[in-house]
Amino acid sequence: MLNSKSFADRLIAEKFDFFTGVPCSLLSGLISDLESRPGVNYIPAVREDAAVGLCAGAYMAGSLPVLLMQNSGLGYSLNAFTSLNLIYNIPVLVVMSWRGFGGKDAPEHIIMGDINEPLLETSGMPHAVLEPGDEAGAEAAFQQALDTIRNKKIPFTLLVKKGLYNEGHH
Amino acid sequence: MTGTEALEIVATFLNNEPVVLANGYISREFFNVQDREGSFYMIGSMGLASSIGLGAALARPDRKTVIVDGDGNVLMSMGTLAMIAAARPKNLVHLCIDNEVYESTGKQRSLSNQIELEKVAQANGYPYSRRVETPDALKQAMGEVMAGEGPSFLLIKVAPSFDSNRGRVTHTPEEIRDRFMSVYG
Repeated sequence: MLNSKSFADRLIAEKFDFFTGVPCSLLSGLISDLESRPGVNYIPAVREDAAVGLCAGAYMAGSLPVLLMQNSGLGYSLNAFTSLNLIYNIPVLVVMSWRGFGGKDAPEHIIMGDINEPLLETSGMPHAVLEPGDEAGAEAAFQQALDTIRNKKIPFTLLVKKGLYNEGHH
Repeated sequence: MTGTEALEIVATFLNNEPVVLANGYISREFFNVQDREGSFYMIGSMGLASSIGLGAALARPDRKTVIVDGDGNVLMSMGTLAMIAAARPKNLVHLCIDNEVYESTGKQRSLSNQIELEKVAQANGYPYSRRVETPDALKQAMGEVMAGEGPSFLLIKVAPSFDSNRGRVTHTPEEIRDRFMSVYG
C-alpha cells in the first residue's frame, strides 16, 4: 500500500469504484495511476466541497467513492462533512495529503498542517496517518477505514505524508 | 408564476426518478407539495445539490436524475456547472427555481436579477439551456428535458411565495437517505 500502484490496486480490490478530488503534489502519483487505468474514471472536481457532494451522490446511487484532496481542502469541506455526510450517515474514503507536517513547508500550509488532526477530531471524523516505510501501520489504518465506511457509514480520512504517492513529482 | 406553482408543475412530470432538492425553501416546499421516496431533501450543505445530483447521475447513467436547485445554490457553486458540462451526463436534468432572493432566510436579494444563469450554464457547455417564466412555458420545457438528452438546464423564474408557517421536512436525515437509495432498487 505504500506506493501509488499498490494502493490503487488495493482500492479497486476493495470495490472502490468512484474517484474524484482536487489535486495535491503529494498525491500526484496516485492520480496519474488512477487516470492511466482503463475502466477507472477519475473526475476532476473544482472545489473540495463539490467533490464531497459528488461522492455523496455516487454513494447513494450505489458506488463506493474515494475523495483525494490536500489538507487545505478540509476547510472548504467542513460544512459539507458536518451538514451532509455526518447527519445523513453517508460514508466516503478521504485520502488527504498532509502539507505543513511538523511546521516544515511553505507558509500557507503551516497552520492547517498544525490543526488538521484536531479539526478532524473535533468534527467527529475518524482518521489515521499513512507513513512512508510503515506497511503494517498502513494496513491497520486501511482496515479501520473499511470498517468505518461499511459499518459506521461516515467519512474516514487517511492522512498521507510526503513520500508515498508523489512519484515523479518532488 | 410563484415558486410553489412551479414546484407543483415540476411534480407532475416525475415518476420514480431520483431527485435532489436544494436546501431551504425548495426542499421544504417540495416536501409539502408532494413527498416522494426518491426526493433527497438536502437540509444542509448549501450549494451541493448540483454536485450530489451529478454524482448520482454518473454512478447510475441508466437512471434519469433531476436536480431542483435554487439561484442562491447555483451562484454559490458555479464551478459545479463546469463539472456537469464537462462530464456531460445525458441522464441529468438541472432545474433552477429562481426567485432572485434567499427566501427562507427573509428574502435578502441574490444576484440573479442581474446575472442570467441560463446563459452561464449555456456558456459552460450544457447542450440544452432555457429560461421559462410562465406555467405554459414550464410545462413545455419540462416535457422536453424529461424526454430528451442532457445535461439540461432550466431556469424557472418565479415570484417568492414561501409560507414559513408551512412545515419542515419531517423525515430524519437517515430516513431521507434510505428512501432515496430505495428508488435504485
